Amino acid sequence: MNDSFPRGKTAIVGAATFGVGAAPGYANFDLAAHASIKALAQCGLKPSDVDGLFCVVMDEPLSGLNFAEYLGVRTRFNDNCRSGGSSFQIQATIAALALAAGQCDVALIAYGSNQRSSSGKLQSSSRSSPWETPYRPLRPISSYAMAAARHMHEFGTTRQHTGEVAIAARKWAQLNPEATMRDELTMQDYLAARMVADPFTVRDCCLVTDGAAAVVMTRADRARDLCAKPAYLLGGAHETTHRDIAGMPSLTTTGVAEASRRAFAQAGVTAADVDVVELYDAFTINTILFLEDMGFCAKGEGGAFVSGGRIGPGGKLPVNTNGGGLSYCHPGMYGLFTMVEAAQQLMGACGQRQIADVNVAISQGNGGELSSEAVLVLGSGATL
Amino acid sequence: MSDIRPEQQYEEFLAQGRFMLLRSRGSGRCFWFPRVAEPGTGSTDLEWVEASGKGIVYSTTVIRQKPPTPNYNLALIDLAEGARMMSRVEGVPPEDVRIGMPVRAKIVHEGERPLLVFEPA
Repeated sequence: MNDSFPRGKTAIVGAATFGVGAAPGYANFDLAAHASIKALAQCGLKPSDVDGLFCVVMDEPLSGLNFAEYLGVRTRFNDNCRSGGSSFQIQATIAALALAAGQCDVALIAYGSNQRSSSGKLQSSSRSSPWETPYRPLRPISSYAMAAARHMHEFGTTRQHTGEVAIAARKWAQLNPEATMRDELTMQDYLAARMVADPFTVRDCCLVTDGAAAVVMTRADRARDLCAKPAYLLGGAHETTHRDIAGMPSLTTTGVAEASRRAFAQAGVTAADVDVVELYDAFTINTILFLEDMGFCAKGEGGAFVSGGRIGPGGKLPVNTNGGGLSYCHPGMYGLFTMVEAAQQLMGACGQRQIADVNVAISQGNGGELSSEAVLVLGSGATL
Repeated sequence: MSDIRPEQQYEEFLAQGRFMLLRSRGSGRCFWFPRVAEPGTGSTDLEWVEASGKGIVYSTTVIRQKPPTPNYNLALIDLAEGARMMSRVEGVPPEDVRIGMPVRAKIVHEGERPLLVFEPA
């Protein structure tokens, strides 16, 4: 059957964050509620307008039920997708299908985490694997580190290359007043950072922060009345390749290759049409892997591609314009923040870091350990 | 129809000093991790076979610890039988483990529990 998607039939009309950085005293749902009400208010809506709810938090498997109760809404469509950090792109894809089919009229995707204030560590709600736990992996860092080691072995990628990713993210963060890490990061600082799991130092790893994000979606006919510049969903696809890192078919090619191939085809775009890319950079190697897998450069050439400031402010391809998981925030699962940033770039709401003339923006989510990859293609009204 | 109890039987073999893999009788393919059906085909006609213990390091990292706690190795091993598993390489400093290094399996005991690790071949 044809891999169909309701191209341009639905749009993001509100996109907001709350409590990014440190938000002591709030529970996960408190943070998610603040972001949701902010996103709904942007387009003149309130919780009682929501009939499609997509909510996941780290510590509650039935999160969609809790959040419906919290907001005081009865939902016609409620989804607790739990594929890790890609959950949100998958939820947006499901929401587009549900909206287009009339299963709901206003969809809210929400996430919140207080992991920094509550524990100071990366939170996980996964079981421990009997096949891996005895070897004391430092999950998830060691899994991504082994992907980086393999990329370096196969293609000659260097620590300078991964350093370029970290530095570009930091330069973007310096343009984002909400970003957690805004001080200067030089290549010398990067190379001298403390090693955690070779070849990764602390500067290759995402932050541990609090934060919440929310996105509101409606059908396109209503979107134009609610938002001056809606971010239309042109394509959405995902692929799961494995769960534990030993099950990943190749550590240097991710599910983004297939997910982006499908999402780009649904949208009728190629990499050359893309104006801004928001990737789930939990680790520096992610940016290199995902740009290769999306076809911005050939496999193995990602290290050279990200060099020379190409993906930073003023570069040819703006990537992770909010500062990413590396320098903006990483509250347990970061996926929804790539969608907020991609939508806000299309809405022209990004202040100092706004890219001129954005018509096609990518939001990507990564779940597990390069296990579940999801890609959304968002477009301006001009792409319809 | 075979009577496979994946994790339990794997651990029992290991306690007897045997590194065993599950193999599909139909395709002749070995796979990791042990499970009740062959990945993809779903075949449940499986048998336990003795692994050769030969492997190649597919990827490796060093988990850094605060001194004086020693750093340790974590590796993915491509077994000669075609499956890939997580383990560690012992017998050399953790940072000397290299991708492509030939290794062989050995069973060590951590507390009560037998554990499969590798050393340079």
